[in-house]
Amino acid sequence: MLQSVAVTAADAHRAIDAVWRIESPRLIAGLTRIVRDVGLAEELAQDALVAAVEQWPESGVPDNPGAWLMATAKHRAIDRLRRDARLERKREEIGRELEAAQKMATAVPERGGDFGDDLLRLVFIACHPVLSTEARVALTLRLLGGLSTEEIARAFLVPESTVAQRIVRAKRTLTAANVPFEVPAASDLEARLASVLEVIYLVFNEGYSATAGDDWMRPALCLDALRLGRLVAELLPREPEAHGLVALMEIQASRTKARVGPAGEPILLLDQNRGQWDQLLIRRGLAALERVEALGGALGPYALQAAIAACHARARQIAALYDALAQLAHSPVVELNRAVAYGMAFGPAAGLELADALVSEPALKSYHLLPSVRGDLLAKLGRPDEARSEFERAAALTRNARERDLLLERAAACSRS
Amino acid sequence: MRFLMYEVDNRASANTPPSPALMAEMGKLIEETTKAGILLATGGLGPNPTRVRSSGGKVAITDGPFTEAKELTGGFALVEVKTKEEAIEWAKRFRKIVGDGESVIQEVFGG
Repeated sequence: MLQSVAVTAADAHRAIDAVWRIESPRLIAGLTRIVRDVGLAEELAQDALVAAVEQWPESGVPDNPGAWLMATAKHRAIDRLRRDARLERKREEIGRELEAAQKMATAVPERGGDFGDDLLRLVFIACHPVLSTEARVALTLRLLGGLSTEEIARAFLVPESTVAQRIVRAKRTLTAANVPFEVPAASDLEARLASVLEVIYLVFNEGYSATAGDDWMRPALCLDALRLGRLVAELLPREPEAHGLVALMEIQASRTKARVGPAGEPILLLDQNRGQWDQLLIRRGLAALERVEALGGALGPYALQAAIAACHARARQIAALYDALAQLAHSPVVELNRAVAYGMAFGPAAGLELADALVSEPALKSYHLLPSVRGDLLAKLGRPDEARSEFERAAALTRNARERDLLLERAAACSRS
Repeated sequence: MRFLMYEVDNRASANTPPSPALMAEMGKLIEETTKAGILLATGGLGPNPTRVRSSGGKVAITDGPFTEAKELTGGFALVEVKTKEEAIEWAKRFRKIVGDGESVIQEVFGG
């Protein structure tokens, strides 16, 4: 009996954790709008969480947990204001907070209402340039990722007290600098967004660099970063770099399974088993990249990296298509094309292996593209002498003058290197 | 962790097309889960499923609709969350919108 009660309590706590992860960012964002102080808003949200932990195991999770948390946090806010008033604080300050309390009575954000603007303001506060990068990371995960101080500490392999201190200092810095709760003006947006995206990508890379045996909180950072990135991209749908970062992270995350071997050893991109790449994430990444391209303009650093990652993904797809074609319609020319595709997808050595197998093929005896392809692959492998003689052979075989010039140029380049 | 959520029995809307109000609520939930960054894929399922059954090396094809209860109808969502409880919390929100019926949540491996 006792045991089943314990299990039920544990279940309730896990359910509260889940609600917290979903609701805390908007709760803190909504409260920050009301009290105009992110530190105070976070404390009020924590108070509401404590109340939930006390009451929900008995009463069950309420029907609308977000509204419950918000209502509870507001009660705490009003309690605090009354308490503070008794402490005879500066009249001006009390006046401002009472005004805020009045606003609270009317401004009740409903579930499904437009919480997006508040969330976006919170994103920009958490990643404000007055804060150090470390502080931005901790505050963002805490306020927008719904992570506890302990979880952040485990993920970044630092003591919990270090993270707690970073967050306390960050909140103080924001208050001291009087950072407004707003989305930056258009002229400022690019630089401020860059700071946000930097934080998110840093979190992603921290998770991506986790190794086998690490606390599971570390690889889970990839998921936190993906969630944050998707959030920011949805809130700023016209910002190409936001989608660019999402594209980059989705495509990189698609390789998570393939990049570590059975013994936990890292596997380089070119040696990975592409069958283990997560096709769903690749497609999501490519879709995000299409959104970047649809917005027009020059590609930014994240979009460019995503585009490069996408080429790797596509190179593999092309190689796979040639595999299929070679099975259905095998011919020396298809095989040569397959060698080119393999060279791009898996590196020049893999391509050369296929091309070398064609050297004794009678059908390709006077086909200039075979030595041309072999020359290219040999050059990439750092074998310039062999590459040069291949290019010269190709030049002698082609009947196109321009092509001959090009091949001779490449042969000459091999001599120079 | 990835979870597939799908309806196995949606009595409320099995025989009637969803109302515009329900569609609007669903649209909001989809927007909310997209913004939260947890929705990987979602879709509605057509009304006439086809069964492909194998037995003793033979494969039999049966076209629906099937009259038994607990038929997979309605829609599905593939979500990526940190815990099963989080998936359950989203499923609760879905059920509040669609009314009576039943959803199933299963973890997806290898995704």
